[in-house]
Amino acid sequence: MQDTPTTPMIEVDNLTKYYGDFPAVENLSFTVNKGEILGFLGPNAAGKTTTMRVLTGFMPPTSGSVKIAGFDVVDQSLEVRRHIGYLPETVPLYTEMNVTEYLDFMGQLRGMDKQWRRRRISDVIGICRLEEYRSSFIGKLSKGFRQRVGIAQAILHEPEVLIMDEPTIGIDPIQVVETRNLIKGFGGEHTVILSTHILPEVSMVCERVIIIHEGQVVAIDRPDNLAERLRGTERIEVDIRGPAAQVMSALRDIPGVQEVTRTDREDVGIYNIETTSGADLREQISNLVHERGWGLLRLQPIQMSLEEIFLRLTVTEPGTV
Amino acid sequence: MKNTLVIAWKETRTYFVSPMAYIVMAVYAALAAYYFVTSISGVLPEATIRGYILPTTFIFTLLSPIITMRLLAEEQKLGTLELLMTSPVRDYEIVMGKFLASMTSLISLLVPTAYLAIVLVWFASPDMGPMLSGYLGIIFFGMATLSVGLFASSLSGNQIVAAVVAMGILLLLSIIDLATSYVGSIFTEIFLQISITTHLESFARGVIDTHDMVFYLIFTTFMLFLTVRSLESRRWR
Repeated sequence: MQDTPTTPMIEVDNLTKYYGDFPAVENLSFTVNKGEILGFLGPNAAGKTTTMRVLTGFMPPTSGSVKIAGFDVVDQSLEVRRHIGYLPETVPLYTEMNVTEYLDFMGQLRGMDKQWRRRRISDVIGICRLEEYRSSFIGKLSKGFRQRVGIAQAILHEPEVLIMDEPTIGIDPIQVVETRNLIKGFGGEHTVILSTHILPEVSMVCERVIIIHEGQVVAIDRPDNLAERLRGTERIEVDIRGPAAQVMSALRDIPGVQEVTRTDREDVGIYNIETTSGADLREQISNLVHERGWGLLRLQPIQMSLEEIFLRLTVTEPGTV
Repeated sequence: MKNTLVIAWKETRTYFVSPMAYIVMAVYAALAAYYFVTSISGVLPEATIRGYILPTTFIFTLLSPIITMRLLAEEQKLGTLELLMTSPVRDYEIVMGKFLASMTSLISLLVPTAYLAIVLVWFASPDMGPMLSGYLGIIFFGMATLSVGLFASSLSGNQIVAAVVAMGILLLLSIIDLATSYVGSIFTEIFLQISITTHLESFARGVIDTHDMVFYLIFTTFMLFLTVRSLESRRWR
């Protein structure tokens, strides 16, 4: 196989998964190239875990196809499983084993020979900084360290594809930062898919983001592009003293204004104006207010945070992007 | 095959580092010794180990589910089943590995009872044939009970449920021959044949009947097949 940077490692084509009549994922298509880190973003129950379970061969898709490293997840399930490292949402650990025993067992299951296991176990213990805990019982480790053991097993067999379901959930902030850096370091060598519902994580770690909502893709792009594209609709907040109805209609008449909403504060209305991309309407608004003899008390352009973009994509207007 | 052994070895190790192994062993050893002593203390004692071979059916009905209950239920509860099922391991290899481990556990129960057999050989001159066939019978019988236990363990993530379900099935299958007098003709034969205890009697007498061995083998294979199916169904749910 050619290891050029653009080799597709994960190819998902029209993936659909139903639980009974309930569609968990519908017509999901995307590709991930070798060495890329892809973030899978969505609210709870958006279909992230389902997608990952299909990708790992844990569940077959209802329709559509998934190829990992060129192997089909249904027809060549065992081959696929050899090429992936998987960290499920609940970190799967045998609490009665110690860290080294556990890693050794996982290595054996993946068909690693003794020398390879010995070398890799000491490697991953170093990478995940578990040196002091190599012979601790997993049951006695704290959540953060268990997470690291989970990551250690996922990368143990040097898989080409790493699939991690909410890798930073439930661990303390310092460990979250460490874990993110760890994952970031996997890019280039491994192809990584991670799911999360924490937005800053995506912009920190991932090169590309898929936003998924109710089983459907809402957007696929680079985090900065996504922000850029969504900043397409810009917002201006103005406080105007004047007759509400007239102000509203006058603002709506300005070309480039998409929507106006009003929050009352006694005689002063706070108007939230959404404009089309790139249109800077501050001057027009101030001129308008001036012409009509109303009072302009505040005028402020507002940038959308990733949270808002996420909310807009998943809540207010799914499918428009 | 290699994967099966890896899993079997891991389970065996886990079993023997837990106190459960020794508790179950002690319980069986004590009960077997009690049955043995009472059976050879009569007026005309017979130098056999039948005294504890036959009651073993009942003891295993209770102990086998204890041995098997955690094997698959715990994997489901901890989420490690997802890890096993996404490793390059086939479903039947998982089931066979677990089953082999449970066989090792069961055979370990018999080890302390060798003492009883040795006592018998030391102080009397027992017929060796029935002794060996008796043990062989228990192993075949145990195999069948473990397969039921493993199947029950695959059903849910709850170990207690697994144990109770397995004990229920095993008790029913042990006493189903009692119902023969209430049912007519063909059912009498069916009930006698599917009773898992009736097949042990000839072993205890010293008769190794292929018909009984085949029964236990088919029964076990069938239950293990159901277990694999039950695991597989998790993928489709």
